[in-house]
Amino acid sequence: MSRLTPYFEQLKSQNKKALIPYVVAGDPDLETTLAIMHQSVESGADILEIGVPFSDPMAEGPVIQAAHERALEHNVSLADTLALVAKFRETNDHTPVLLMGYANPVEAMGYPAFADRAKTSGVDAVLLVDMPPEESVRLQAALKPHGIDNIFLISPTTNDDRIAKIANVASGFLYYVSLKGVTGAGHFDIRSVEENLARISQFSDLPVCVGFGIKDADSARQVAKVADGVVVGSAVVKLIEASKSNVLEPVGSFIRSLNEAIIS
Amino acid sequence: MSTKSKFQNVPDNDGRFGEFGGRFVAETLIAPLDELTEAYERLKNDPEFIREFDEDLANYVGRPSPLYHAKRWSDELGGAQIYLKREDLNHTGAHKVNNTIGQALLAKAMGKKRIIAETGAGQHGVATATVAARLGLECVVFMGAEDIQRQALNVYRMKLLGAEVVSVTSGTKTLKDAMNEAMRDWVTTVDDTFYIIGTVAGPHPYPLLVRDFQSIIGREARRQSLEQAGRLPDALVACVGGGSNAIGLFYPFLDDESVAMYGVEAGGLGLETGKHAAPICKGKPGVLHGNRTYLMEDEHGQIIGTHSISAGLDYPGVGPEHSYLADLKRVNYVAATDDETLDAFHELTRVEGIIPALESSHALAYTKTLAKTMDKDQIIITNLSGRGDKDIHTVAQLDGVTL
Repeated sequence: MSRLTPYFEQLKSQNKKALIPYVVAGDPDLETTLAIMHQSVESGADILEIGVPFSDPMAEGPVIQAAHERALEHNVSLADTLALVAKFRETNDHTPVLLMGYANPVEAMGYPAFADRAKTSGVDAVLLVDMPPEESVRLQAALKPHGIDNIFLISPTTNDDRIAKIANVASGFLYYVSLKGVTGAGHFDIRSVEENLARISQFSDLPVCVGFGIKDADSARQVAKVADGVVVGSAVVKLIEASKSNVLEPVGSFIRSLNEAIIS
Repeated sequence: MSTKSKFQNVPDNDGRFGEFGGRFVAETLIAPLDELTEAYERLKNDPEFIREFDEDLANYVGRPSPLYHAKRWSDELGGAQIYLKREDLNHTGAHKVNNTIGQALLAKAMGKKRIIAETGAGQHGVATATVAARLGLECVVFMGAEDIQRQALNVYRMKLLGAEVVSVTSGTKTLKDAMNEAMRDWVTTVDDTFYIIGTVAGPHPYPLLVRDFQSIIGREARRQSLEQAGRLPDALVACVGGGSNAIGLFYPFLDDESVAMYGVEAGGLGLETGKHAAPICKGKPGVLHGNRTYLMEDEHGQIIGTHSISAGLDYPGVGPEHSYLADLKRVNYVAATDDETLDAFHELTRVEGIIPALESSHALAYTKTLAKTMDKDQIIITNLSGRGDKDIHTVAQLDGVTL
């Protein structure tokens, strides 16, 4: 079992929600990403979602696309991302880490090799955006023996039959995409989120975290009232992009503000 | 029970061509792809839909396109008799319109109000803008910033037709990035938007339905060969970027064992230089744009920039059905370099009075090589997939001529 399930159980017993910031590995460089990971935990992040750089990040909006491009400028790879997690684990053994990426870098490494290396690096869960359950049989088979969770997306367009199918193969938590669109889009509707989360809860007892379009303390607060966790990506990446030198301070204070918002 | 062979009886219900194809997309797109699959399954055998498609191909596109015996060129090369399938004579100047007519009829039947498309050379963008204008639908075409530069004529044609052309500046600024951007638009606008993909790639059911719409090329060519030459051809040649004109020509012949097939990829500066767009010849299987197929990628699985003289072939992937046919060795995949392509472009223009598209000129370049190895009583059908007007500026520039 990965760190995720016990972590969510602990949060639940304390009546808390998970705060999950997202950054791209190697944006702007691997050393800074490592420092941001530690800073995030110190500032109240519960789970870290690390983007694996890819040349064609089809589900991303412009902010996160640019982060992928910055990381690829110095060729940050899946192997580098795994090494980053291993480095993080040298001083943090408790914070769950989720890798979010696209299928091809994993295909290139090979599923068994990827699963082995993810395990030894201390990765808890993997979400490949372009790999719905039907296409992830090989990935699931590779991850399962290592106890690494395979995270799947559920979107506003997912019908009940598919929710049941996805819930059946998912572990760790379910990731609900709050809107029809790319990451960082702005047309998020809390009532629709609430309705869909109620629909999902009919099919699964897994925790449900919500991402795409949550950009500030206010939207995080609204979502935390109805979900088990809140993923914040583009808003964090935007701060990294804007910070020329001291990136840790703005990221840390933003995560603190989100943390306070989801507690209150 | 289907009587189709392993060559023709693909894809399966999950959109797989053996190991290839499938549906590698974010969850939000599964529902619209299901909706599209259901609509197509319902309509493809609907007599009214078929009648409308056939009528549009006849009276709007101008089909059947001729099969032309290029006697003078054949004599000059001294080998096989070369027949050109004249897709360049279609309305809008390329084979692309066969597919956009079909998909636009689907869009209409599904009640969609807005059409989006990606384009490389601009031929698919023009063909899409054309059918959108005719049906009175809003049309947005995504095109790489670099391709907008080198295909200015087609950009203006699309604008004249009322389409909005969106310049894509991410990544390599070419066709693959235009496709990423079209997917990003579609995931946001799925309720009212129909995405017309221009080639036999992308998530299921696109490779299937584009192949079905383009197969008119091969069905006609097969019949015309029997009528004109009294027999089937010995070989088929077509260029392969995503591979829609090639699949369109090949598919109806796949069970004709005596017919050899050659898919010609863009050899760029030469396969040994790494600067080309030949994923089957030189790439390996991977996942991009919704399907598993041969790709140009580095050791870490990043998609790498391609090079080709022709914007329409400048794509790091290829339709999954081609990957399948390559592994089965039913079709031979080869490459023609930029230089060989330009030679063939000039040669056909001078010898036959036909100015071919640079994409199609790749097929012509390989036809030259192949014809010389064959006897005079043998027959090659080469797909002349588009006309070359759009490439005049590129060729003039390479020849050092300012227009």
